[in-house]
Amino acid sequence: MQKTRQNSRALMPLLLGVTVALAVQSCSSSTLSKPANSSPQAQGKLVLTGSSTVAPLVAEIAKRYEAQNPGVRIDVQSGGSSRGISDARQGVADIGMVSRALKPAEKDLQAFEIAKDGVALILHQDNPVAKLSDAQVVSLYTKKITNWQEVGGKDAPITVVNKAEGRSTLELFAKYFKLETKAIKADVVIGENEQAIKTVAGNPNAIGYVSIGSAEYDAKNGSSIKLLPVNDVMASTANVSNQTFPISRPLNLVTKTAPTGLQKVFIEFAQSSAVTDIVKEQYFVPVAQ
Amino acid sequence: MTLLIWSVACLVVGVLLWLLGDLIWHGIGQLSWAFLTTAPQKAGRAGGIAPILVSTALIVGVCLATAIPLGVGTAVLLVEFSPQRGLFGRLVRLSLDVLAGVPSIVFGLFGNAFFSKTLGLGFSILAGGLTLACMVLPILIRSTQEGLRAVPDDYRRSAAALGLSRTAALWVLLLPAAMPGLAVGILLGLGRAIAETAALIFTSGYVDRMPDSLLDSGRALSVHIFDLAMNISGGEANAYASALLLAIGLMVINAIISGLAHWFRGSRIQVI
Amino acid sequence: MFPWLSEAIFIGVLRGLAVVSGVVALLILLFLLQEALPFLQQIGFARFFQDASWHPVSQEYNLLPMLWGTLFVTVGSVLLATPLGILSAVFCQYYAPPAIAQVYRRLIELLAGIPSVVYGFWGLVVLVPLIGQLHPPGPSLLAGILILSVMILPTVALVADASFSNVPPDYLRGAAALGLGRWATVRSVVMPAAKAGLLAGVMLETGRAIGETMAVLMVCGNVVQVPDSLFAPMRTLTANIALEVAYAVGDHRAALFVSGLVLMGLIVVLVAIAEVIQQGKIYD
Repeated sequence: MQKTRQNSRALMPLLLGVTVALAVQSCSSSTLSKPANSSPQAQGKLVLTGSSTVAPLVAEIAKRYEAQNPGVRIDVQSGGSSRGISDARQGVADIGMVSRALKPAEKDLQAFEIAKDGVALILHQDNPVAKLSDAQVVSLYTKKITNWQEVGGKDAPITVVNKAEGRSTLELFAKYFKLETKAIKADVVIGENEQAIKTVAGNPNAIGYVSIGSAEYDAKNGSSIKLLPVNDVMASTANVSNQTFPISRPLNLVTKTAPTGLQKVFIEFAQSSAVTDIVKEQYFVPVAQ
Repeated sequence: MTLLIWSVACLVVGVLLWLLGDLIWHGIGQLSWAFLTTAPQKAGRAGGIAPILVSTALIVGVCLATAIPLGVGTAVLLVEFSPQRGLFGRLVRLSLDVLAGVPSIVFGLFGNAFFSKTLGLGFSILAGGLTLACMVLPILIRSTQEGLRAVPDDYRRSAAALGLSRTAALWVLLLPAAMPGLAVGILLGLGRAIAETAALIFTSGYVDRMPDSLLDSGRALSVHIFDLAMNISGGEANAYASALLLAIGLMVINAIISGLAHWFRGSRIQVI
Repeated sequence: MFPWLSEAIFIGVLRGLAVVSGVVALLILLFLLQEALPFLQQIGFARFFQDASWHPVSQEYNLLPMLWGTLFVTVGSVLLATPLGILSAVFCQYYAPPAIAQVYRRLIELLAGIPSVVYGFWGLVVLVPLIGQLHPPGPSLLAGILILSVMILPTVALVADASFSNVPPDYLRGAAALGLGRWATVRSVVMPAAKAGLLAGVMLETGRAIGETMAVLMVCGNVVQVPDSLFAPMRTLTANIALEVAYAVGDHRAALFVSGLVLMGLIVVLVAIAEVIQQGKIYD
């Protein structure tokens, strides 16, 4: 008798926790899962995996699609472009998300562009340097120039911020400046966009490159960074949109075979003008007219 | 010496207050009842974190429900029922020491391959919770072991002299006496579980919808914070608010666990 | 109270639980081997220590700089956090008035549960710019050591606190009767009595320091090089995996799993060292 009492006492905190969690879950899901205007046909579940750049955008598109088609569930998982490629290939995911154009070795997959993005060079806003030629950028990133004085700035050592190997932003950047990734000599190597922006914002002598939409947003909203023109073209989403800005990339959804059923309907939805506002909200450039 | 020790304490408190102050300063403005009870919008820049709180609670629940019996059982076996120099005990101990050093990112990759793919759980709260359970296991076991070892052998001898079986002595004497150790283990484990990011992105996933079952994918709070802080421009405000909330939640949970451990210990000792 | 049979069953169940706990590490090791082995057989283990640098896209796979990075940052933070953590516990148990000790304990527990992302974020926006003003570029070995120290301090402090609270009160009374001062008591009575617990705490914090990923990734600069000063940026093995794994395919991915294996190897060595130390202590 004594034993059972002791057992139940040991279990109590646990039970309590689970009960609370379940209660919270049941009461909130009942308020949240109110069906919106329902349309016919669409039923089922889709799984998307891939690029962390694309994931937040597609997650929002999926939410809107789910709201319009209550029978559908779309799970968006983040993880990286190559994950999107391999999951789509192996059939682990119905659709992969890839933040670059497909490579020659990946042409067995089908790609559907849902938005565009550019890559912008950023400096700290207190840095007097207003523009850099392509050749100067190359010299900076290969450490042939190591002081801002040499390109018309203050007498201060340059902190070169680079992206980690394998990232599509790095590939795009290196391709445009015809740099071998091996030749780049960095002082700081970072992963995500915001990390680059915060690194540059915290260091008056740093130079980095990031997704243009993020940079534009942060520069407008009080972050201490500024965007550099490339080849005399202002870095802005507008210039990516009218295709004058030279460093841009497509954001793709990829499938193993020609999409069918729900897969097809969702890809068409993601490319349509019905989601233009969402694309803009995430600071990307819509492709739909 | 007294001076040195006080200054160490002040230093630690200072760093913590600096960090917390930063969180409060940036996060308090966003916190509201609506933030707790609504779903995220615009990739988390706007809206609240209700589904994420539920997912986090479920993941941590699964984690502790698996790890506590496993961990306490193993610790009891290692300390009370297996000879200190026995092969089996030593092997398990070594294996756990190795486990304690496995980086969280490796847990993530492993969890994804084993729980999500091999066991077919997919991206789910269950897979995430089980991965975390593997991760907090060594912490839990270590602390419980320390707690048990600290119980003087006199207790065991007295129990034997009273004719109590070893199992009975364990329930009425040793476990209550080891409670502070166990509580510390749970606190550290819980802290590590709630704070985990890398292991969860690959197992419980990124979906910020309200979960319907343990087999649904659900985004944990720390994954949400990471995404807002590192991946979403303009997400800092809500990232700070979420982090602040996490800190407050932890403080409450910690107080409850310590209280329970205290009460448990006190009430059990009186039984004797 | 309990028949012998039930005790046997009970021990059987415990044994089962222990086997499950013990097998997890093995499973992880097997999984890493499965991913890394084909590639290792193909190019040989030596390349990972002899190549010119780490450029997996151009087939260069030298892991040594990152191994050093992991060692430096771990040793640095453990050296810094251990005395601070133990002194914190001493403060709680023997110096602070009970009310303050209780508050202090709560704070440390809180520190233990703050996500590494938050530490990393704080490090990135507060600490790194400060270090950058002192000596550019900012992201550095030093930043990594400082952030990690704050993160692992609670582990050692809480474990030490629990072991101190288990030192039999008689010891303290004995010390008081001998007229020992407070610090003398702590040093010559409490510390030896709590030795096993302190060592366990140090082991746990070392494991955590080696395994920590996100915060280190955010503040260390991640340049693949052996840091030549405290202010030089560097990359750890964990950051290497976390930075690149989501974007790696084929051989690159396999090379990252080799990083994981090397990391596990490092931990096994560490565990072996600790084991030897403990063996020695059993006899004294």
